[in-house]
Amino acid sequence: MANLTGLLFAGGLGFMLLSIASGLDFGAPPMLVGTEIQAHAPQQTGAANIVTSVVLGYRAIDTLGELSILFAAAVSAGLVLGRRHTTAGTQTKGGFILQNGGSLLFPLMMTIGFYIIFHGHLTPGGGFQGGVILAAAFFLPLLARPGAKLHHKSLSLIEGFAGASFVLIGLLAMLEGKAFLQPLMIQDTLGQLVSAGTLPLLYLAVGLKVGAELASLLSRLIQTEAPQ
Amino acid sequence: MSEIELWILLLLALTMLSAAVTVLLVKNHIAAVAAASVVSLGLALVFALLRAPDVAMTEAAVGVGLSSLILALALRRLGLWKLDGAKVDSNLLQHDVENRDG
Repeated sequence: MANLTGLLFAGGLGFMLLSIASGLDFGAPPMLVGTEIQAHAPQQTGAANIVTSVVLGYRAIDTLGELSILFAAAVSAGLVLGRRHTTAGTQTKGGFILQNGGSLLFPLMMTIGFYIIFHGHLTPGGGFQGGVILAAAFFLPLLARPGAKLHHKSLSLIEGFAGASFVLIGLLAMLEGKAFLQPLMIQDTLGQLVSAGTLPLLYLAVGLKVGAELASLLSRLIQTEAPQ
Repeated sequence: MSEIELWILLLLALTMLSAAVTVLLVKNHIAAVAAASVVSLGLALVFALLRAPDVAMTEAAVGVGLSSLILALALRRLGLWKLDGAKVDSNLLQHDVENRDG
C-alpha cells in the first residue's frame, strides 16, 4: 500500500513537472524583471556583480530571511545532535599528514574565504560562499586534533554582532529616508574594491555570521560521539 | 553552446544519475554520503558550464563540502559510522552463532 502511494506520488510529481516544463521555452525567461535589472543594476547599486546587486539590493529582505532560516537550522541541528554523550570516548589524533596539512591549509583557506567575501560585489562569490569556506578552515584543524576546542563564546559573539550589524545597516538606510535595507549608494567608480556603497559591508556581515554559525555547529557535532 | 560543452553536459548528467542510483542501492551509509556529494559535484560543474558561477560556487561549497560533512558527522553521532559493510554482516552472523551456542 505504501509502495503504491509512493509510486502514485512520484508519478503525479513527474507529470506535474513535465507539464510545467513542456510549456516553457528553454532559455527564454517568461519574466521581464531580469532584463530590467540587467539594464539598471550597475547604475542603481554600483556593484559590478549583478547577482550581488540582486541578492543584497533588490532582494535584501529575502537574504535577511535566508539568514534567519540558516540560524534556525543551525540551532536546531546543534540542539538535536550536538549534545555530548557522557560515555563518549576520547578520539584519536589525526596522522602526521592530516595534522600538518591542516596547519598548512588553515591560513590559505582563511585568505580565500575573506577574498571571496570582500570581492563579492566584483566577482562571483560573496558572503555565503566565503562564510562556508571560513567554517571549513576552522573545521580542518579540529579534524586533525579532536581535543582542541573552539571558543564558542567568541564565535556566538561574532555571529550575533554580524547579524545585528546587517539589520543596523538596513535601519541606517531608513534614517536616510530610504526603504529598509535599500543600498546607500556612494558615488564612486564601478569595479573598484571600495565601491557599491553598503553592499560589501552587508556581505561582510553575512560572511562572518555564516562562518561563525557553521564553525560552531561543526565543532559541536565533532565533539559528540555515539553511545557505545 | 558549443558541441563539446553539450557532450560534457551529457557525461556529467550520466555521472550524476549513476551516482544518485548508487546512493539508493549501496548498503554502506558512508558510501551513500560520498555518492550524494558526487551528485552535488556534477551539479556544480553543470552550473559552471551554464554560466552561473555564483550558484556553482555555492553548490560546491555547501552541497559538496558542508552538507556531506554534516551528514557524515550525524552518521557518527547516530552510531552508523561503519567503514566496512561486509564486516557488519559477519559480526551479525557471529552474534547468531554465539546465541545458538549459549
